[in-house]
Amino acid sequence: MNIPYRPLTLTLVGLAFSAIVLQRVEAGGDDYFPPVIDPVVKEECGSCHLAFAPSMLPARSWKRMMADLKNHFGDDASVDAATAARISAYLTTNAADTGGKRYSSKLLRGIAPNSAPLRITELPRWVDKHREVPNWEWKHKDVRSKANCVACHTGAEQGFYEDD
Amino acid sequence: MSSKLAFPLGVAAMLLSTSPFAGPREDLLAQYATAARAEAPAFSGFSSARGEAFHTRKFSGGKPDSPACTSCHGDSPRSAGRTLTGKSIDPVAVSAAPRRYTDPAKVEKWFKRNCNEVLGRACTAQEKGDWLSFMISQ
Repeated sequence: MNIPYRPLTLTLVGLAFSAIVLQRVEAGGDDYFPPVIDPVVKEECGSCHLAFAPSMLPARSWKRMMADLKNHFGDDASVDAATAARISAYLTTNAADTGGKRYSSKLLRGIAPNSAPLRITELPRWVDKHREVPNWEWKHKDVRSKANCVACHTGAEQGFYEDD
Repeated sequence: MSSKLAFPLGVAAMLLSTSPFAGPREDLLAQYATAARAEAPAFSGFSSARGEAFHTRKFSGGKPDSPACTSCHGDSPRSAGRTLTGKSIDPVAVSAAPRRYTDPAKVEKWFKRNCNEVLGRACTAQEKGDWLSFMISQ
């Protein structure tokens, strides 16, 4: 029997390639964290700093944060009860260990299951990824703080945090 | 009252309750004026010049990082400011940011937070009205 090896091989290679690409798209890549789309969350969490993606912290961290907005990294960020409930629901539903899981598996590496970190910039994975950034760059007048993702990751507001 | 009449009467009531030129900012100023009169019977109106002085003044009761409004909002109300974390803030002057101060709840929210950060206390109605008048004039 005359087997058409050439077209078969090409088809297989094509399929394998698509599968890899599809898997990456499905996983969102390592550098994609879907941005906040809820308008209330965006407004309340995005006025003083970038509205950080909920998939950057586990649900237990968001719960801990929302429980003490009066002392929010030194600022009083308290909101009324209805707004707080809406924000909490959004954050915990899309957190790194709930709805946002497929974007953040690597980001949660090294975090003890019983700890609820509040600073994204103190997650082991974050620290490792930024180890080559020199101190003077953090202090640059256009950067100011590690919370200012957009200063270097120009696509951060759209959810893209690839190497710059 | 018949339900047929309710709608046109409601519309008429709304039209009559505010003057034709009053927008949300004017309503807000009127509210601050009422409050200022209650705080001090000698109240004689708002002044954008006083508002400007307030905007640039350095206070010592609040946080050391933010002694003045201008610490974050920048020296010119028509230019963008920047938060301590580095995020850009839209200009505060109405001419540069026409949608500002049209949501009273939002205005109050930020007066509450920012007065506390800068002055270490709540702002008086007089201070709010003066500041708002300055921003409207800019």
